[in-house]
Amino acid sequence: MATQRIVSTTINGTEKSLLCEPRQTLLEVLRDNLNMTGTKEGCSNGNCGACTVLLNGDPVTSCLVLAVECEGTEIETIEGIATKDGLTPVQNAFLENAALQCGICTPGFIMSTKALLKQNPNPTEEEIRFYLAGNLCRCTGYDKIVGAVQDAAQRQCGAGCTSDA
Amino acid sequence: MRNFEYESPESLEGAIQFLSASQAKPLAGGTDLIDHLRTGRVVANVVVDIKKIPELNVLEINDSGLRLGAAVSCMKICQHEGIREQYPSLTDACTIIGGIQIQSRASVGGNLCNSGAAADSTPALIALGGVCVIAGPDGTREVPVEEFCTGPSENILKQGELLTEIRFPLPQGKSSSHYRRFIPRFEMDIAVVGVGASVSLDDAGEQITAARVALGAVAAKPFLAEKVDEFLVGQAPTEEVFTQAGEIARGLISPIDDHRGTAEFRTHVTGVLVRRVLTEAAQRAAAK
Ligand SMILES: Cc1cc2nc3c(=O)[nH]c(=O)nc-3n(C[C@H](O)[C@H](O)[C@H](O)COP(=O)(O)OP(=O)(O)OC[C@H]3O[C@@H](n4cnc5c(N)ncnc54)[C@H](O)[C@@H]3O)c2cc1C
Ligand code: FES
Ligand code: FES
Repeated sequence: MATQRIVSTTINGTEKSLLCEPRQTLLEVLRDNLNMTGTKEGCSNGNCGACTVLLNGDPVTSCLVLAVECEGTEIETIEGIATKDGLTPVQNAFLENAALQCGICTPGFIMSTKALLKQNPNPTEEEIRFYLAGNLCRCTGYDKIVGAVQDAAQRQCGAGCTSDA
Repeated sequence: MRNFEYESPESLEGAIQFLSASQAKPLAGGTDLIDHLRTGRVVANVVVDIKKIPELNVLEINDSGLRLGAAVSCMKICQHEGIREQYPSLTDACTIIGGIQIQSRASVGGNLCNSGAAADSTPALIALGGVCVIAGPDGTREVPVEEFCTGPSENILKQGELLTEIRFPLPQGKSSSHYRRFIPRFEMDIAVVGVGASVSLDDAGEQITAARVALGAVAAKPFLAEKVDEFLVGQAPTEEVFTQAGEIARGLISPIDDHRGTAEFRTHVTGVLVRRVLTEAAQRAAAK
């Protein structure tokens, strides 16, 4: 058996040491070792985006990251999105625009949307579709998701974005 | 997934030492390797993470051109203004490799070393005149990108060697480049045909002084279409000339039939894409 490793990371703002084997993916360690099952497994090969988390702020598919690679990194998962005051604008926009049905894809979409809006607070429809191309949804047909992201952008940046976009 | 050891050396010498062991595999962004390890297509005893080695993270444009470290992610490349300005075919390729999650991790070095026939960045690298810098137990060697791949999933790297960076000459005068692929979907698919081209024009913008056209997904490996390059030199950058260039390119390929397209379809698309890519590269060059 390969040596187990201790990996020090910050997950959702809290320092965490993980005990894992080199072959374990970040997705496996989150779900199976830490019981953080909000991050979903769809394909396990990088195609569906259900397992998207932010690694040092960048969206990555956690099924294609080894947990041992995460030494010294900051990881953000769906569990870290809501605050003690409740859901964030992105989450509310997904709920109120019916941008989910079975919900398996939703944590991944929320994480990608967070990264998108940080980089581009007021994206066009085309920019949204391009950025979210790595997240698949079998239920909604995407239009409601795109609508929710546009709504979330409005909610987050308010009047500052609406006029000249 | 089968068990393996993990090393993450911070020096090139350290990496070469680890990689000299049997069944040692370099890990860059892992977007090919981790899936291959999971499915058993690749078996490794040691996975050597090369992302902490300074030489593999260089990204700079200086008087002699661009130095692109083998482990630099597509996302960093896409965000680099100097590359967009001077080596735009590289930006073109890196913005279409996978989705955003893949681009955060995937490197151009990994794309080249994985050596897929349809790898998107490779034709762009060839068109730009890229040279691979390879380090190994016996020192360093340099090889033009078009000589790096030897067949599907095969390349010239020997046990213990790794690609450290790719160097590109500085484009001179009215020169520019473009990469485009054809896929059945809008995003997230494998190229049916991929074409990279760089074009240099004379000061008046009326004559082609140099050209490099590289074709992907239409042979066992991406390759430089030298006959097309020779034909283009001395010609005017017109639609007619670029259509003829596409005709010549069609005769150089050996495409396969698969569910993405028949050989006949790939041949047709090669002609069309070569014309379009050359037109765009020439327009960009004329604007310099
Ligand atoms: C969902 C998805 C979509 C994709 N879409 C595309 C696409 O549109 N176009 C495309 O071309 N590819 C695509 N790919 C394939 C892959 O993302 C690319 O080939 C990527 O560039 C590989 O880079 P990496 O850094 O992740 O390589 P890794 O997976 O880390 O490595 C790839 C291979 O190269 C070796 N290697 C890596 N770096 C070096 C080095 N410096 N020296 C020696 N050997 C090395 C590794 O050992 C391994 O065998 C996709 C993959 C996924 C999962
Ligand atoms: S489970 Fe990771 S991309 Fe599908
Ligand atoms: S809501 Fe079911 S997959 Fe998206």
